[in-house]
Amino acid sequence: MPSLKDLKNRIASVKSTQKITKAMQLVAAAKLKRAQDAATAARPYAERMAAVLANLASSAGGSGPKLLAGTGKSDVHLVVVMTAERGLAGGFNAYVVKLARQKIQSLIAEGKTVKVMTIGKKGREQLSRDHANLFTSHVNLSDIKGNDFSESAIAVGHMLTKGYDAGEFDVATLIYSQFKNVLSQVPTAQQLIPAKAPEGAPVIDLGCAIYTYEPDEGALLEALLPRYINTQILSAMLESSAGEQASRMTAMDNATRNAKDLIKALNLKYNRARQAQITKELIEIISGAEAL
Amino acid sequence: MADKLHFSLVSPARELFSGEVDHVIAPGTDGEFGVLAHHAPFMTTLKNGVVRVLEGDTVKMRIFVRGGFADVTSAGLTILAEEARNLNDIKADDVDAEIEATRLKLLALDKDDTKQFTLQEHIAYLEGLRGALAN
Repeated sequence: MPSLKDLKNRIASVKSTQKITKAMQLVAAAKLKRAQDAATAARPYAERMAAVLANLASSAGGSGPKLLAGTGKSDVHLVVVMTAERGLAGGFNAYVVKLARQKIQSLIAEGKTVKVMTIGKKGREQLSRDHANLFTSHVNLSDIKGNDFSESAIAVGHMLTKGYDAGEFDVATLIYSQFKNVLSQVPTAQQLIPAKAPEGAPVIDLGCAIYTYEPDEGALLEALLPRYINTQILSAMLESSAGEQASRMTAMDNATRNAKDLIKALNLKYNRARQAQITKELIEIISGAEAL
Repeated sequence: MADKLHFSLVSPARELFSGEVDHVIAPGTDGEFGVLAHHAPFMTTLKNGVVRVLEGDTVKMRIFVRGGFADVTSAGLTILAEEARNLNDIKADDVDAEIEATRLKLLALDKDDTKQFTLQEHIAYLEGLRGALAN
């Protein structure tokens, strides 16, 4: 039986933990709003970009630059794992890492060479336990303020296209957490290189008119594809950041509620212990008085 | 001018403009071009420069864009710009300050940092913007 003093300390400590989780929840809620707005604002660009690419790719047919057609083999795979910089966000990072691990293992089982690039600290930490030998590069997102990911997205895209041109890998897959809504973030694997024209993109009805391209299709595609990849990375970063905040908000909400339950249970225990002590003291006094 | 052209300008960060206009002049890589309503389908890359939006014969808006694409379909004109700013909203002094800040950032980077490329492009854009403002 813990003493009254111990119980009191315990309650105080849970109370301060609850204050922290509550504050984190509020901060995450505010950040979520901003991250969601940023993700929504970036959507028109990504959609139009996808439509333009689908349009161009369909008219270019099977041929096209290497970024679209592929290298013709699929021996070396680059897995890009995008996670958050910070933890305490429920299962957010763990889910992404789990999918990444499955993907890596199935690729290894198929006899492919796998390289891993990590974006965000948490994924690197968790994957370093069993796949540290596959790491090629890491992108740090911790010094990004607000939701200004465009510089990093372009830097990542540049790294990828450069590596691809140098023949460092044949296929690049991005694993990130797709933001469905506040309650659900779905870990998703998306092929970045060779670029895939999006399915279900709105087809623009041209009537019988013929598209004029300036410069020609090939040159346009070559200019468009790196940007398309950048755009995909940017939207993934924005979704991932919105998802991180949403996940943290939910996790902290649960933690706050748990703390509340815990405080209630501890208070009950404390009151019982206090009452027991009073009763004990009373019995002592009364039996003392009776003995006289 | 009965027929209007649907024009939208989007950058990765947000949609800057969407609406009906008379005439848009944009800086294509192979030369400036104008788009009116019922233009034939057309697609081109853009270079850094000013996109002018005309209402009748007067220039309503001047937007400085960096790179990107123009896509003309029967639905209208869409410009996808990597970066775009409305020239009416910015001041030369702010641009100068930003150029200076970006230069410092560039100096602080390692030689092989991949961000170097991005920042250099950004400086080129800002300098172009500065030039456009001076006119």
